[in-house]
Amino acid sequence: MRRRAVAWWFVAPALCVISVFFVLPVAAALAMSVTDFDIYALADWRNLRVVGLRNYVELLQRPLFWKALGNTLYFVAVGVPLSLAASLGAALLLGSPLARLQAVFRTALFAPVVTTIVAVAVIWRYLLGTRYGFVNYALGALGIEPIDWLGDPRFAMPAIILFAVWKNFGYNMIILLAGLQNIPRELYEAARMDGASALARFRFVTLPQLGPILAIVGILTVAGYFQLFAEPYVMTQGGPLQSTVSVLYFMYEEGFKWWNLGNASAVAFLLFLLIFAVTLVQMRFARRGEAWR
Amino acid sequence: MQRASDVTVVRFWAMGREGEVVSALIPDFEREHPGIRVDVQQLPWTAAHQKLLTAFAGDSTPDVCQLGNTWVPEFVALGALEPLDAPIARAALDAGDFFAGIWDTNVIGGRVYGVPWYVDTRLLFYRTDLFAQAGVTRAPASWAEWTRALAAVKAHAGAGRYAMLLPSNEFEPLLALALQQDEPLLRDAARHGNFASAGFRRALAFYVALFRDGYAPIATAAEIANVWSEFGRGTFASFVSGPWNIGELDRRLPAALQSTWSTAPLPGPRGPGASIAGGSSLVLFRASRGKDAAWKLVEWLSRPEIELRFHRMTGDLPPRRSAWRDAALAADARARAFRDQLERVKPAPKVPEWERIADELRVIAERTARGDMSVDAAARELDARAERILEKRRWLLARGARD
Repeated sequence: MRRRAVAWWFVAPALCVISVFFVLPVAAALAMSVTDFDIYALADWRNLRVVGLRNYVELLQRPLFWKALGNTLYFVAVGVPLSLAASLGAALLLGSPLARLQAVFRTALFAPVVTTIVAVAVIWRYLLGTRYGFVNYALGALGIEPIDWLGDPRFAMPAIILFAVWKNFGYNMIILLAGLQNIPRELYEAARMDGASALARFRFVTLPQLGPILAIVGILTVAGYFQLFAEPYVMTQGGPLQSTVSVLYFMYEEGFKWWNLGNASAVAFLLFLLIFAVTLVQMRFARRGEAWR
Repeated sequence: MQRASDVTVVRFWAMGREGEVVSALIPDFEREHPGIRVDVQQLPWTAAHQKLLTAFAGDSTPDVCQLGNTWVPEFVALGALEPLDAPIARAALDAGDFFAGIWDTNVIGGRVYGVPWYVDTRLLFYRTDLFAQAGVTRAPASWAEWTRALAAVKAHAGAGRYAMLLPSNEFEPLLALALQQDEPLLRDAARHGNFASAGFRRALAFYVALFRDGYAPIATAAEIANVWSEFGRGTFASFVSGPWNIGELDRRLPAALQSTWSTAPLPGPRGPGASIAGGSSLVLFRASRGKDAAWKLVEWLSRPEIELRFHRMTGDLPPRRSAWRDAALAADARARAFRDQLERVKPAPKVPEWERIADELRVIAERTARGDMSVDAAARELDARAERILEKRRWLLARGARD
């Protein structure tokens, strides 16, 4: 019993920090999500109403919420595979024994991850400009008509996806590169002795060996991509025609533009539930993959 | 409010360009008022609203603040602002000297909460040469004349060029057209939207037709990389905007083009129409502990001669008619259209929820302009959204009536 008390004392500092900076805010947000906290309530507490689940019910009836959810799912469904493919491709190229100047390329490809998003967004807006942008200039050389990247509702999300993938793929690339370097050389040698082609070596040696790392990277990337915010915030402010409003952007506008903190908290919890559910499914798949191996 | 020996410090928050420039005026104020020191803090416009609300929640509001006049109702609802009727009466500040529509934006529930600092409204900027080439020698005054002029200019301009630019991410031009109607935008003491009224539907139909008939392209402001150089190039021959564009066009267009553009009051359904009463006011915060000193600053900044100095530094237009008697300002042909328009400005509905409804207006107007919905469907949808946004207001009013 005494030892148990001592143990509690040891974990107490960590528990204090967690409860002040995590449990308390989350509980407050949960409480707020069942009220209609707004500027009237900020002025006078008597203007606060406890509305139960009304925020949630009304959210599920708002077309813009569904639109934001659809936009976010589009971003995740296209962005995550693209991002993983780019990371894996870059990692394979960098990990190849033929690669020269590895350190230089590794730094260059990682650079977008550590640059400020606001600064690179300005440059990307120039690149994507309709009349004088480089992207349309290059497409023009291929005979493709200029595309209004950030102004056309059909192309704004693809532009955001391109930008986000470019900005983020370096991070996963570093992790996958470390994973690749951990694969024992002997496996490749053995495969080569058995006459496996480069493609077969990738399929039957690299991928299974990278499996657990790919699963982790996939889970983290999905969770990260669901929280799409900064890219539309700096590039399009959610437009045109709300085609780049993500769930988090919607929450930001509800909370900090319109000061409907009750609604905004409800959005946060819905997004949490969604990410939680998707992650559970992914974990199950990852575990099944593990067992199968 | 800190008291260092016998000097009173007034904390003054100002936004954007005004915040940068106003510091240069302050030494003169401090010379006239030796007991007062002004501490100017500049806020970027994009962060100002959030910062002010946070300051209110944290009980650290400034003494004086520049407030966009569409924000006044919200801060009055918060109970954050000090009514100014008494100091205005004591100082014998002549409310009648201010443009009536602008002054009105600061009056809520019969009390005055701000003194207009500079004014802003939207009217027509147009290329006189392109209009003349199309046979339009006089700026249009009514909607019918406007449509005829745009049709002529568009026919003369040919493919790829337009008679006008209305960025689809701006709600202001449509709001101005809607304010020209007799019916209010919200009805029953702003309990419900009034978008299904004949007036609003007329304004929206006129607005949508500008796109449908090909006078204006459907484009956001971000798509037109440089509005001023495209205007100079003649990509579009007119646009609806505010006074800051006088300075921008002066600076950005080459000398050869300077004689080719002008401004005109906004055409209305039957002759010159109303436009939006915009701009910023100076307000005192209720929590301030140095209201006398703070009011002295507001009073000083509102003197016509100080307003004129401020105008020369920023290009912002003064809100007092007496300031407009200045020879240089009176002789400025492009400012004159604003002088004329300012006699016909109307405030947007003065409720805290309005900015949010205006945002819905922008979204629905863009969808209607793109042909996604009809004018009647848009009016119904706007009423439905306003109904939801105003729910809390209705509850508060009902409870207030019970108590």
